[in-house]
Amino acid sequence: MIEKTGVPSLEQVKQEFPDKVVLKKPKAIIECYKEIPCNPCHTSCPFDAIFIPEDINVRPKIDFDKCTGCGICVYNCPGLAIMVTQIKEGKILMKIPYEFTPLPKVDQTVNVVNRAGEKISEGIVRKVQLSEKQNKTALIHIELDEKYAYEAITIEVLHGS
Amino acid sequence: MRRVEVAIIGSGPAGLAAAKPLLDAGAKVLMIDRSDMLGGQLTKQTHMFFGSEKQHASKRGIDILKLMVDEIQYHENLTVLTETTVVGLYQDRVISCVKHDEYFKIQADYILVASGASEKSLPFENNDLPGVYAAGAVQTLMNVYGVKPGERVLMIGSGNIGLIVSYQLMQAGVEVPMLLEAADTIGGYLVHASKIRRLGVDIRTNMSVKRAIGKASVEAAEIWRLDKHWQGIPGTEEIVPCDTICLSVGLAPLTELLQQAGADIKYVRELGGNVPIINKKYQTSLENVYTCGDVAGIEEASSAMISGEIAGLEIARSAGYKIDNIDQHISRLHDDLTNLRNGPHGEKIRIGLEKVGVK
Amino acid sequence: MRINKHPILDFPERKKVSFTFNGKKLFGYEGDTIASALHAQGIKHLSDSIHKKRPRGFYCAIGNCASCNMIVDGVPNVRTCITPLKEGVDVRKQDGKGRF
Ligand SMILES: Cc1cc2nc3c(=O)[nH]c(=O)nc-3n(C[C@H](O)[C@H](O)[C@H](O)COP(=O)(O)OP(=O)(O)OC[C@H]3O[C@@H](n4cnc5c(N)ncnc54)[C@H](O)[C@@H]3O)c2cc1C
Ligand code: SF4
Ligand code: SF4
Ligand code: FES
Repeated sequence: MIEKTGVPSLEQVKQEFPDKVVLKKPKAIIECYKEIPCNPCHTSCPFDAIFIPEDINVRPKIDFDKCTGCGICVYNCPGLAIMVTQIKEGKILMKIPYEFTPLPKVDQTVNVVNRAGEKISEGIVRKVQLSEKQNKTALIHIELDEKYAYEAITIEVLHGS
Repeated sequence: MRRVEVAIIGSGPAGLAAAKPLLDAGAKVLMIDRSDMLGGQLTKQTHMFFGSEKQHASKRGIDILKLMVDEIQYHENLTVLTETTVVGLYQDRVISCVKHDEYFKIQADYILVASGASEKSLPFENNDLPGVYAAGAVQTLMNVYGVKPGERVLMIGSGNIGLIVSYQLMQAGVEVPMLLEAADTIGGYLVHASKIRRLGVDIRTNMSVKRAIGKASVEAAEIWRLDKHWQGIPGTEEIVPCDTICLSVGLAPLTELLQQAGADIKYVRELGGNVPIINKKYQTSLENVYTCGDVAGIEEASSAMISGEIAGLEIARSAGYKIDNIDQHISRLHDDLTNLRNGPHGEKIRIGLEKVGVK
Repeated sequence: MRINKHPILDFPERKKVSFTFNGKKLFGYEGDTIASALHAQGIKHLSDSIHKKRPRGFYCAIGNCASCNMIVDGVPNVRTCITPLKEGVDVRKQDGKGRF
């Protein structure tokens, strides 16, 4: 139970996903399960795809029709609670926030973990984005098997040499 | 004795936010801090803050600090005294200060106490062993001095501070195998909890530390399960190897100065302990003595900034400065505070404030 | 125990500062406090408690609790967590109330 362990249930996770057909295009998946006074996801989205009303405690609501999967909200969310996912030819391509050093390299094989921190699969790094405006939160693009779509959440921290 | 118009004790987000409207209005401000740098807690907050844009949400604490300091530091009416501890506050608004070996007194027309909070400890066997550190100390050591507190840290407490410091420890290359929480559920924001859980931190509720093990410093911790009344259950003990036990078990407002001067104080559990009785203007029961930030009740930097701004504006008004649209401005700030405290995490604060009598 | 690489913070190279701990020569860096320099060398045991002679390290690191008191250049009860490290200081573990 998330209130005791920090791990959301599979049902909770699935509720944040759109239909798989929608995921042919990249979409933001927001896992912000409890009301907190916070709204950068709403104010940072250039496409007005995330809505939080005047009362900033209300949970964010996403409009998948408007979301382009650009990833801007991903590095602006202080809770690191958003990723972008796309399903393509039996693979998922996800963009996750990453704030550790060293950064992984393109084509590197990394260990992908689930929401409990357990390794579930290997994945391949397709792109590493870290521009000035991201202010030190990198976006890592990772590709792995489609069957982990609801499980994969981040990668194991790489230890520097 | 030196005389000043407004003396602000403490340069955290509350004190800094108060200085701005005062300086803008034309007041002369003396800012005092015992540390050698301005910023209070913000100096070590490397993570992005929540809140809304008005409170610089999504920016990192250290960057918010830079913005706030830049806004005021070159102002001709601002004087800053760092490495200076205020050791006494008297009813006639005289404060006594110590800087290195020097001792001096200052008389102020207005005083704003923005001294923040101190960290609580936890009773358990060997809790005085080197390696048992407060979470703020761990943060200072790694984020200000660039030194790791240890290689393997057991975290105690699942409030936002415990959750965030765990994450920051991992960013510094330190292992955090486990986080214990005595209560039934995680205290801080679930987004912060999920963030460390997926990186492998085993979060366990209804658990606490029974004793620290080690000769000259911590070598392991004995932990156990707690019953409903937070009493350890014999037979449930486990040993966790670690070289550091980090305590993040709450903060207490630093109200000693106000107590010493005879301000009305009340114990309010929800606000962290003894807090000054204040009104909506952040005025204490002492004439021309105001307070803001964590001293008025443990909350967040976002609310500390707002309360600081309100206190600054109210002092400026009381001192006779004309500020355009001040009423609208202050009422907007009160709305922002209400908004921040509206959710389930704001409940404690709402109850606490009710007890103090501020509506 | 220095942090070399950090994803958010920069720790630029600083000037070395040498000092002694219980007569042994050590070094830290400019900007360190005495306690941070000692901790970076793995030294956590800073004093012995007054009555039971139990080992003590720092606790709050912001000058609130006196748990980090040591003898610095012959002066006892110095809060080393907020005392900047200076070239050549003589730092000693404090036994109880700070007798020499
Ligand atoms: C790990 C951690 C994470 C946090 N994360 C967030 C977050 O994400 N978002 C958020 O909004 N808030 C966060 N907070 C809370 C926030 O930092 C505090 O609520 C806020 O700093 C309180 O501001 P303040 O100005 O009242 O006190 P402080 O920041 O504590 O400043 C008080 C200042 O007063 C000085 N002082 C004290 N006594 C004296 C004296 N006698 N003489 C002279 N100077 C004195 C101190 O040196 C200090 O500089 C976090 C806190 C911690 C510890
Ligand atoms: S991914 Fe881009 S378009 Fe989609 S919600 Fe986030 S910021 Fe908006
Ligand atoms: S920015 Fe992140 S943590 Fe804040 S409300 Fe949006 S999803 Fe939740
Ligand atoms: S560790 Fe608390 S005063 Fe130095």
